[in-house]
Amino acid sequence: MIKILLFAGLAEQAGTQAIEIDMEQATTDEIKASLKEQYGLESIDTAMIAVNESYVKENTSVSSGDTVAIIPPVSGG
Amino acid sequence: MERFEITKTPINTENIIKKVEKREAGAITTFIGTVREWTNGKRTVRLEYEAYEPMAVQMLAQIGAEIEEKWEGASAAITHRIGVLDIGEAAVVIAVSSPHRKAAYEANEYAIERIKQIVPIWKKEIWEDGEQWIGDQLETTAYPNGKPDLSEGEQHD
Repeated sequence: MIKILLFAGLAEQAGTQAIEIDMEQATTDEIKASLKEQYGLESIDTAMIAVNESYVKENTSVSSGDTVAIIPPVSGG
Repeated sequence: MERFEITKTPINTENIIKKVEKREAGAITTFIGTVREWTNGKRTVRLEYEAYEPMAVQMLAQIGAEIEEKWEGASAAITHRIGVLDIGEAAVVIAVSSPHRKAAYEANEYAIERIKQIVPIWKKEIWEDGEQWIGDQLETTAYPNGKPDLSEGEQHD
């Protein structure tokens, strides 16, 4: 099980903040593409990815037990 | 006493300042980011902030570590508020102490710029006639390197 976290506009658009996908292995690019298709999240292309609370490069491999956070451009401050 | 925090309640600036007080300090600078009513001619009614809390705290602590490395003897404390905020309320308070004032000013500005780059916090503006999540206020749109600049970005000083 890979846990996906969505925030801000992406969470609103998808109608959920957390999704679990029943896979042993995946890449972050595959996850993004699948979320984009399934929920129509066009703006996911500008999002960063964090795995287990650390930013990662594109196309990082993840496995069951990992938490993948989709981080839209931030706007704190 | 955690120096880097996300809170759902109003921020007490005095408490943040106390976290960086020390005998070696010759200066403490404080930055308070407040909720602005008018942006580009549009009236904001209130703001709503959301965070990926555990990671946001880690990133605030990373900014603190970067400051200690870049400005000798400097210490930072940052609290960011989330939830619904009214006009004029403090969304973020940054305190930096250092032996000399120049470093305290510089490091404080560095902290807010870095918050806007790497800390997973999002702001939704609520107007009289609608609302919108705000992205990337630096107007760099897509990140050229595929992710925020996590190294100590000299270009942002």
